[in-house]
Amino acid sequence: MKVTGAQALFKSLEGEGVDIVFGIPGGAILPAYDPLLDSSVRHVLCRHEQGAGHAAEGYAWATGKVGVAMATSGPGGCNLVTALADAKMDSVPMVAITGQVPTPVVGNDAFQEADITGITMPVTKHNMLVTDPGDVAETIREAFHIARTGRPGPVLVDLPKDVLVNETTWKWPDSVSLPGYKPTTKGNMRQISEAAKLIMRAKRPVLYVGGGVIKAEATKELYKLATAAQLPVVTTLMARGAFPDSHELCLGMPGMHGNYTAVTAMQKSDLLIALGARFDDRVTGKLDAFAPDATVIHVDIDPAEIGKNRVVEVPIVGDCKDVIGKLANELGKRQDEAGGVPDRKVWLGQLDTWKTTYPYRYDQQSDGPLKPQFCIERLYEAAGSDTIVVSGVGQHQMWASQFWHFEKPRHWINSGGLGTMGFAVPAALGAAAGQPDKRVIAIDGDGCFQMTAQELATSTTENIPFITAIINNAYLGMVRQWQELFYKERYSQVYLSYDTPDYVKLAEAYGCVGLRAEHADEVDTVIEKALSITDRSVVIDFRVDSNEMCFPMVPAGASNDEIITGPEGLKRADDPAEAPIA
Amino acid sequence: MSTLHTLSVLVEDRPGVLTRVAGLFAARGFNIDSLAVGPTERAGLSRMTIVVTVDKKPLEQITKQLNKLINVIKILEHEPADTVERELMLVKVRAEGEARARVLEFCQVFRVRVSDATHQTLTIEATGSPDKLSALLELLGDFGIVELARTGRIALTRGNRGIRERTLRSAKAAGGEDAWDGGGV
Repeated sequence: MKVTGAQALFKSLEGEGVDIVFGIPGGAILPAYDPLLDSSVRHVLCRHEQGAGHAAEGYAWATGKVGVAMATSGPGGCNLVTALADAKMDSVPMVAITGQVPTPVVGNDAFQEADITGITMPVTKHNMLVTDPGDVAETIREAFHIARTGRPGPVLVDLPKDVLVNETTWKWPDSVSLPGYKPTTKGNMRQISEAAKLIMRAKRPVLYVGGGVIKAEATKELYKLATAAQLPVVTTLMARGAFPDSHELCLGMPGMHGNYTAVTAMQKSDLLIALGARFDDRVTGKLDAFAPDATVIHVDIDPAEIGKNRVVEVPIVGDCKDVIGKLANELGKRQDEAGGVPDRKVWLGQLDTWKTTYPYRYDQQSDGPLKPQFCIERLYEAAGSDTIVVSGVGQHQMWASQFWHFEKPRHWINSGGLGTMGFAVPAALGAAAGQPDKRVIAIDGDGCFQMTAQELATSTTENIPFITAIINNAYLGMVRQWQELFYKERYSQVYLSYDTPDYVKLAEAYGCVGLRAEHADEVDTVIEKALSITDRSVVIDFRVDSNEMCFPMVPAGASNDEIITGPEGLKRADDPAEAPIA
Repeated sequence: MSTLHTLSVLVEDRPGVLTRVAGLFAARGFNIDSLAVGPTERAGLSRMTIVVTVDKKPLEQITKQLNKLINVIKILEHEPADTVERELMLVKVRAEGEARARVLEFCQVFRVRVSDATHQTLTIEATGSPDKLSALLELLGDFGIVELARTGRIALTRGNRGIRERTLRSAKAAGGEDAWDGGGV
């Protein structure tokens, strides 16, 4: 059968089971938008390519499937770069399809030409430029294979206009042949056995759970391992929901703004079992002071992560589902032989004491300024843990992670590694498109919201409703917090204002419902109203206290032992030169 | 302590592969001392010989990152004692009057050839270990070097086996039985 390259593209996307792509058409990608009309693939017309990219990410986070974004050449592709970099850092499976100027003029500085494979090389897992319509099917197949297997990541496929227009004979490849790409998925039994031996001996073990556990769909295995062996769990920002927050073994989030118990448990631990986590600087703090007494078992599908930041005693390369499953079995056998779970009452008792002594805290006075944490807590109480929560980057992100209760995987979506402001609204759009039966709430900052708010128009016209709760403190809050603490309260370029734009009017202009709460006693009413609306998107403007800071806090570059649990523990720097560098 | 390491990297012969490899070194802050690329015994595969000055630990990280590139098939870090290393050098040196005879004498001692001659200069073609070439170059420096081109080193391991039958030296340490064979993550 003869098909054009563009028809081959959509037949290939259908072959990969793609149901939705997020994109914007333009000159070079034009030929692809015609066969789209005859395809089963739904196209969601975004308002900015960055939005399309983050929407594809949100879709992938929420569904576990590969998210797809489409854009034209030049500026279209360039606008995808931030989303690709974000997906690379957070291992999000994603395929970006870009148009390119026709092959005869590639390299000629043609209209809307950009060397997008060159530009995106460092921010993609892989990318390819197709030069023959006969290669379209094979390339798309390879792109999806690479994006979803091993350590997932973004793959970009660049399609010159003539490749889309010219004809070829349709053939869907039976299999993928990539001689240089064979990820190791099965863990080494000898190493797993060694790990089990160390766990049996450990007095103060901690499971350090990262996003890889969710990517590998290994949360059932994790639950079995943790509960059967009585191992306490910390879930990183990427792994919130991998283990239920309500479980007594759950210590919450570690890291710079993590839970005191989670941070300190790792510091005092004698055995860290890292599962699909990468010893990121936001988790470890000062690296050479991190968990000084701990022996480390590190399970990861990416061998380059093992030993990158921390010396590892037991390295295990493999897929978390395979390795954790085998480890749980091996440990079960050893526990049976030993006549039960090793006695860790002292350790678990210590953790409970910390949990009670150092919970997350804030103070909402009934007549005082509205506290951001209060808004998030009330939102959780009303919406519940079956909601998919999406956040941007900054104080609101940390509060959302702290004060929401995550009970299952794929219900928390955010930008971790790259820290991309503006992630939340488009990612919520993608999540809502991928999980139409779920309630999706974006908890966003006012700074973040303004970067990508235009995708509310997409939400309205494409009928993909979700709620955006803006934690509006009128500032770039996290930067302000640092200027307050480390730059003698010399606030520089952080003030945004509460009312420019007027978020309620802006929401209405986009066809959404706009609501506002300025006092604690209005919060529940506004939330109730927002949750009652399901036929369109809602934006809530929570005008919160600008002075509220995010705690606990480990100053960047400091040891995790120096965790500060509240404002009373603060030492403000007298000299900006003392400000943390990291 | 930083030392010189020679890596042989077997890659798919595709556009952009050199950029990917070189870009990875640059992005992670490593300096390439020399780089030589050419075809191999098998069609569709190229071999890069990369010399890099780096500590042991960052070297491990860079080889692991290289392995993640989809077009990289295999990486071998050469054990100096177990490796044949060669480099080709073309050097144009001033050789007039008395100097000419002395330059030719050095060529004989080092068993290298003269490939081009003018009344003022000699162009010498020298092949050998990097040490040998450096020694020759130092001697020729006294006469005045007009122009110099070096290929960068290429290397093969001694013995019967080829690179495609070998795995990276640190493979066992990673715990995955075949973590390095084929690479990619």
